[in-house]
Amino acid sequence: MGKVKVHRTPPSLDMTPMVDLAFLLVTFFMLTTTFAPEEPVVVDIPKSVSEIILPDKDRMIISVAADGRVFFDMDNKNHRRDMLQSIGQKYGITFSEDQLRSFSILSGFGLPVGNLPQFLDMTPDERKQVTQPGIPSDSVNNELADWIVFARVSNPRLRVAVKGDRGTDYKVVKQVVNTLIDRKVLRFNLITGLEQEI
Amino acid sequence: MAEISQGGGGGKKGGGKVRVKKASTKIDMTPMVDLAFLLLTFFILTTTFNKPKTMEVNMPDKVQDEKEQTKVNEKDILNLVLSENNKIYWYIGLTPPVTTTNYGKDGVRKVLLEQNRANPKLMVLIKPEDKSKYENMVDILDEMEITNTKRYAIVEYTPDDKTIIAAGTGGAPLETETTQP
Repeated sequence: MGKVKVHRTPPSLDMTPMVDLAFLLVTFFMLTTTFAPEEPVVVDIPKSVSEIILPDKDRMIISVAADGRVFFDMDNKNHRRDMLQSIGQKYGITFSEDQLRSFSILSGFGLPVGNLPQFLDMTPDERKQVTQPGIPSDSVNNELADWIVFARVSNPRLRVAVKGDRGTDYKVVKQVVNTLIDRKVLRFNLITGLEQEI
Repeated sequence: MAEISQGGGGGKKGGGKVRVKKASTKIDMTPMVDLAFLLLTFFILTTTFNKPKTMEVNMPDKVQDEKEQTKVNEKDILNLVLSENNKIYWYIGLTPPVTTTNYGKDGVRKVLLEQNRANPKLMVLIKPEDKSKYENMVDILDEMEITNTKRYAIVEYTPDDKTIIAAGTGGAPLETETTQP
């Protein structure tokens, strides 16, 4: 009893508030995150001073790659499924249930309709290996026009956005734009990045 | 670590009574916190805040009927021909002089501002050549926004424009364009 014991406080810290905060942030980010869908082609978008934000839903994106290949993408699984069925009817192709399902969760694609069933039967890994030739959009064989029509039938509130690469020749863009005009889509959006310096 | 302590972990006071030894209610929260921060880092890194921006374009409908076409005085028309290698040719109406300019600050923007001031009824016709790039089109639409030009339209580049530019010969056949702002 002679010695005085140094009373050691355990080096413990109440971390509860920090943990609370951490979980709050986790929840927030989990709910706000939307995963960027995998794009079949890399598109380098041009810059502009426009600040209109692209809507999150009810949108259809027509991507034009630098080499002139055209890709098509639309949101909403159910609408995609409807669209594929109508396209199948028009081209005389019956899509199986599996094909419909894998199409509905697919992102953008750029294939002639005839190649679609084969493409949809592949596994996602195999699909990445395939170089997609782009959707035919010239005046001889304009499948893009059909996609636009059936997409709008399945979802009338659809907004059309064109996502072109900076280096795309205007010729291809003109084809796409004329296709849109022919199908009475007179108001559409061009996807651009924000320019920092004006 | 993060812990919940209650009681102080059993009785030490040791009186005569035998106390029921309480089990410690401390929970080691370390793994949970680790996981929470791992997730937090992951979501912070994957979140993209800047969504892509868009510009809205309104195109004129194709008018088949001659009567429905709006006729514009050729003096009120500023033609901008977007050529390859980021070159712009511009001329008023259907006659030369044809001037070359570029997409810089002192290029087409200056032209647009000057012409707009000179003629409030100005109508800009954008004629991209097949060989011009998509970026050129976006840039020129951007300039319309910046210079506050309301009346403009993207129209087809015709062989007539080519002759005007190439030769500088005046008096090409007068042609009415279908234009709606």
